[in-house]
Amino acid sequence: MKEKTQVNDIDRSMYDFRFENKDAYKVHEGLTPAIVEQISKEKKDPAWMEQFRLQALQIYNQMPFPDWGPAIDGLQMDNIVTYVRPNTKMSAKWSEVPAEIKDTFERLGIPQAERKSLAGVGAQFDSELVYHNVKAEVAALGVVYTDLESALHGEYAEMIQKHFMKLVTPRDHKFAALHGAVWSGGSFVYVPPGVSVEIPLQSYFRLNAPGAGQFEHTLIIVDEGAYLHFIEGCSAPKYNVANLHAGCVELYVGKNAKLRYSTIENWSKNMYNLNTKRAKVEDGGVIEWVSGSFGSHVSYLYPMSILAGKGARAEFTGITFAGKGQNLDTGTKVVHNAPETSSYVNTRSISKDGGISTFRSSVVVNRNAENSKSAVSCQSLMLDDISRSDTIPAMDIRTNKADVGHEAKIGRISDEAVFYLMSRGISEEDARAMIVSGFADNVSKELPLEYAVEMNNLIRIEMKGSIG
Amino acid sequence: MSRKLLEINGLKVNVADKQILHGVDLAVGSGETHVLMGPNGAGKSTLGYAVMGDPRYTVTEGTVVFDGRDITAENADVRAKAGIFLSFQNPIEVPGISLSNFIRSALEQRTGKRVKLWEFRKELKAAMEILEMDPAYADRDLNVGFSGGEKKKAEILQLLMLKPSLAILDETDSGLDVDAVRTVSVGIKEYQKNKNASLLIITHSTRILEALHVDATHVLADGQMIASGDASLVEEINNHGFEQFLAR
Ligand SMILES: Nc1ncnc2c1ncn2[C@@H]1O[C@H](COP(=O)(O)OP(=O)(O)O)[C@@H](O)[C@H]1O
Ligand SMILES: [Mg+2]
Repeated sequence: MKEKTQVNDIDRSMYDFRFENKDAYKVHEGLTPAIVEQISKEKKDPAWMEQFRLQALQIYNQMPFPDWGPAIDGLQMDNIVTYVRPNTKMSAKWSEVPAEIKDTFERLGIPQAERKSLAGVGAQFDSELVYHNVKAEVAALGVVYTDLESALHGEYAEMIQKHFMKLVTPRDHKFAALHGAVWSGGSFVYVPPGVSVEIPLQSYFRLNAPGAGQFEHTLIIVDEGAYLHFIEGCSAPKYNVANLHAGCVELYVGKNAKLRYSTIENWSKNMYNLNTKRAKVEDGGVIEWVSGSFGSHVSYLYPMSILAGKGARAEFTGITFAGKGQNLDTGTKVVHNAPETSSYVNTRSISKDGGISTFRSSVVVNRNAENSKSAVSCQSLMLDDISRSDTIPAMDIRTNKADVGHEAKIGRISDEAVFYLMSRGISEEDARAMIVSGFADNVSKELPLEYAVEMNNLIRIEMKGSIG
Repeated sequence: MSRKLLEINGLKVNVADKQILHGVDLAVGSGETHVLMGPNGAGKSTLGYAVMGDPRYTVTEGTVVFDGRDITAENADVRAKAGIFLSFQNPIEVPGISLSNFIRSALEQRTGKRVKLWEFRKELKAAMEILEMDPAYADRDLNVGFSGGEKKKAEILQLLMLKPSLAILDETDSGLDVDAVRTVSVGIKEYQKNKNASLLIITHSTRILEALHVDATHVLADGQMIASGDASLVEEINNHGFEQFLAR
């Protein structure tokens, strides 16, 4: 990804290219038990999984659409193709990935990034992983990083059955149920006790087919005292039909283990991103979320941390950038369910050209979570008068032995600061982009360099032509 | 007089629809050092902002000519690239951009070329040493949480790194202790080593000028130039104040 830093003019076409994958196997649009069975058969599910899917479909049919967030009328479920299998088998060799798919990922900088700074990479194209590879020295530590499908049949089958959709159940909400019914692709990671994976693992999701849904499932188990940094990247080209992303991420952080989960999401602006992420943290464990939301037409995204063990900790660092035609509803939830747990939430939201950015936070401190601490801070930046930025904090504190704080700030770019930067020879456009990047610094400084550069490029793309 | 670098002709400037400068003339030759004095509220900073091109300061009449080119309608970045620099009376805090990255970006935009990191860091370190700045400030957010003195030093650091042909220093010495004024003054002398380096120093005190050669002094009051002279005028004002000029 570093290669991109030398390019001065970055435009969205970098993410917008697409190719027609005529040979791909697809199921029909819409959702019936027959389609779910067809997916299940196609994927050679174990029997329990097929049952699980059909049950989830029933739940899906019973549950209402959410009515409390951004409108999702544009999403006509009958038109969404739930399963698109690229015409290739998964490969551990980059050279075996079909040329056109390879070209897609190469343009996104995926293989270069792997060579440079990653311990392992997974690349998903539409519904299936097309490439998966882990460095030998990481595998030698007993670290498992594979696609979820093959894991369902292998050595870890039981572990998966025990954890799959136990944190996020199909009853959680309508799209969790949908996910349970039609999920495909995604990754399984297991880090054995005491193993520290020093360089990040990465997974990249690319949704190429028009009118399709992507429903990948990510299941990560970081065992006692282990450490992992997992990076997730997403993008898709723009079509004028709605695409849907309803992925699910379940993270299990063991005693004194630590997991950092970083995401830079850059879905195209016809995407409905209704993603569910949740982590459960045992005694002394740490979950760190780093989350950048740039793309999509509509997002509902609130990664949740359940602090289940004494002294468990959650940190959430996020940035959301809503431009023209975007309504991004993001935030985080924390449940303090044990004593001496702590949570720190630090988010920034930016809105521009009529974009709407809403930050929701929910902090629950249960009665048994004595001596717990929570600090939530949200800053918003509105780049013009037609854009909106809202903060909706919710707190439910059930013990008086907790230290809980919330802070929200809304601001604009100051003309004085723009002039100050311009007085040193920086153009107005760049001055504004610099100020916005600076504002997003809470996230970029938590990301590995290549990703921070990537994120600043995204900000620059969004800021292009922003001067009237 | 040497080749004219800056020419301000009959400049009238409005701020928030109120006229602040009522027709100001000033010429600074290449390589010269001029001092601008005047009571508080006279319009000295306004003049600096107007020359730098702050859009909040509207020129209603007159021209600013730099290096033979009328820049009255140009944006601040164009003026900066042409060679004008303003050391702000109150430097702005910009979170999330380090001092070092900021200077490097500015240099790259001015030259249109990539600035090699290694050489840049070396030069930056040397300049910070001259200014007795803690090197850790290079990686701190631009002016954020800097003390008054540190902010002013950071301005002079930018001056040394960006090497403009004209530097307007707006009360860079105000609010600094004796040692800091001396350090800043050493920085200004360093800048003057380039024989084309020109200065317009806005100040209330003579301390910053002690070690500097001054070619001309101007007095601004109520948005008008009321006196001009050589270096000795600084001394006179220092001893007798502005009253004698105001009375005229
Ligand atoms: N941004 C501004 N908005 C409103 N009034 C201003 C602004 N800048 C300067 N002024 C007014 O213009 C006059 C001159 O100010 P200034 O140029 O700062 O004087 P000096 O630097 O000589 O002390 C003062 O009356 C001041 O209040
Ligand atoms: Mg002033």
